[in-house]
Amino acid sequence: MGQFLRDLQTYSFLQYALIAGLLTSISCGIIGSYVTVRRITYIAGAIAHCTLGGMGAARFLQKEYAFPVTPLQGAVAAALLAAFLIAMVKHHSSQREDTVLSAIWSIGMAVGIFFISRTGGYNEDLMSYLFGDILMVSQRDLLLIGILDLIIVGVVLVFYNKLISVCFDEEFARISGIRVELFDLLLLLMIALTVVLLVQVVGIVMVVAMLTLPAAGAGLLVTRLWHMMVTAICLCLLCTTGGLAISYQLDFPAGATIIIMAGMVYFFIIALKKKWGKA
Amino acid sequence: MKKSVIDVQNMSFSFGSLSVLEDVSFNIKEREMIGVVGPNGGGKTTLLRLMLGLLKPDKGSITVLGKSPEKSSHRIGYVPQQRLFDPLFPVSVLDVVMMGRVGKSWGGPFSKDDREFAAQALKDVDLYHKHQTAFADLSGGQRQRTLIARALASSAELLFFDEPTANVDSFAEQNIYNLLRKLNEKLTIIVVSHDVGFVSKYVGSVVCVNRMVHIHPTSEIDGKNIQEIYGTDLAMVRHDHRCSEKGHTWVNF
Repeated sequence: MGQFLRDLQTYSFLQYALIAGLLTSISCGIIGSYVTVRRITYIAGAIAHCTLGGMGAARFLQKEYAFPVTPLQGAVAAALLAAFLIAMVKHHSSQREDTVLSAIWSIGMAVGIFFISRTGGYNEDLMSYLFGDILMVSQRDLLLIGILDLIIVGVVLVFYNKLISVCFDEEFARISGIRVELFDLLLLLMIALTVVLLVQVVGIVMVVAMLTLPAAGAGLLVTRLWHMMVTAICLCLLCTTGGLAISYQLDFPAGATIIIMAGMVYFFIIALKKKWGKA
Repeated sequence: MKKSVIDVQNMSFSFGSLSVLEDVSFNIKEREMIGVVGPNGGGKTTLLRLMLGLLKPDKGSITVLGKSPEKSSHRIGYVPQQRLFDPLFPVSVLDVVMMGRVGKSWGGPFSKDDREFAAQALKDVDLYHKHQTAFADLSGGQRQRTLIARALASSAELLFFDEPTANVDSFAEQNIYNLLRKLNEKLTIIVVSHDVGFVSKYVGSVVCVNRMVHIHPTSEIDGKNIQEIYGTDLAMVRHDHRCSEKGHTWVNF
């Protein structure tokens, strides 16, 4: 651990990585709790994979035509678009929801791979999109991550009561005059933003684990939604910081180490509950 | 003369080509306690959802508290079946009851008023001592009372119950019906239940939702069949309604 702490004082890329992990943990814990209690992991998965399309397209435009877009911005656009589409299909179409999700999931990826193959230069970007590269986070990325975090925390603070009502009992919420479609869309958009943050840290493929494992672990320990969020944030912090330190020290891939830690924390909590709780 | 709270006129509803309710007309006055009974699949829940504005009739009209159901639904306290809830959802009893207040504001934290309404509602159902307990840790009867408190917290003028005694033991069932009777002193109550015998002991009038025979004119359901479906139950419903064989429609009272 000594090496990590020493280098942390010297290298700005390591500091950025740490800050990215901290900032991401906040929205991950909050939105992960919603995703878990609402049982919509597969929606998060579809949005996550769809971001590859946005990142690939943005990278293509940036490299080939010198457009002022970054892959991260492309990911934001693709994720928000996917969230809109999913919300529309859910409430205004008779198509099977899982079919549409699979379409968004795989078409997004196909578009991404298409653009990446048309972009000159090395294709190592693909690996960092898929499996994350927290050490590559730039100062500019941090700013965007911070802004997205603020938006998510702000919206949840204002609409916590509405969102919990919609998640717990959609029908009752509708009858009491809450515009369920609107809050459902809002939740999906926030999931989209969180997914984008997490893609930076753990990559497209492992986003879903980060959204569910800490929140599910937290859910085993507490009995109220906001307690679950706070606990999940703490568990996310533990996993991102711990995972980063361990991976740096031992030269492991950071994203994978973070996810394995999240998995271990989750199973550890289950084991604890089995032993002492009434789970 | 009591005010009319629900007025249904010549209303029909179908799911696609499957006719569920046909030419339904009835009227419910304030502070009545009405039981809606009928066999499973007979359209009870559909009727409830129509009155809540969650479904729209194909023909005819529904008026709730003088307006369309969608416009009035926030004045209805709806108590769904408690078995529909996710036992892993992290909410306390008070959290659930507070949800009755969520429709009252644009957002932000709950006001002092909201908290008082919720606390009073919990006291009304005699569950205030449990307000910090996890919803998932309650018994079936307690969950049902929590959902009743949520409906009361919204200061509803009308209460709709969907199978209030499903999944609760007979002691809790008795408790819930006693509670309904108490609430009925101030509120109009509509109870949907498949348990005709039990409902008829408590409610003033019974609305029979017959299984539709229209869609299959030749086959399954004939007079004898209806007798079988309703037979034993009918014997217990003694008063003020008629459940005739004429109709796959409503029988008015």
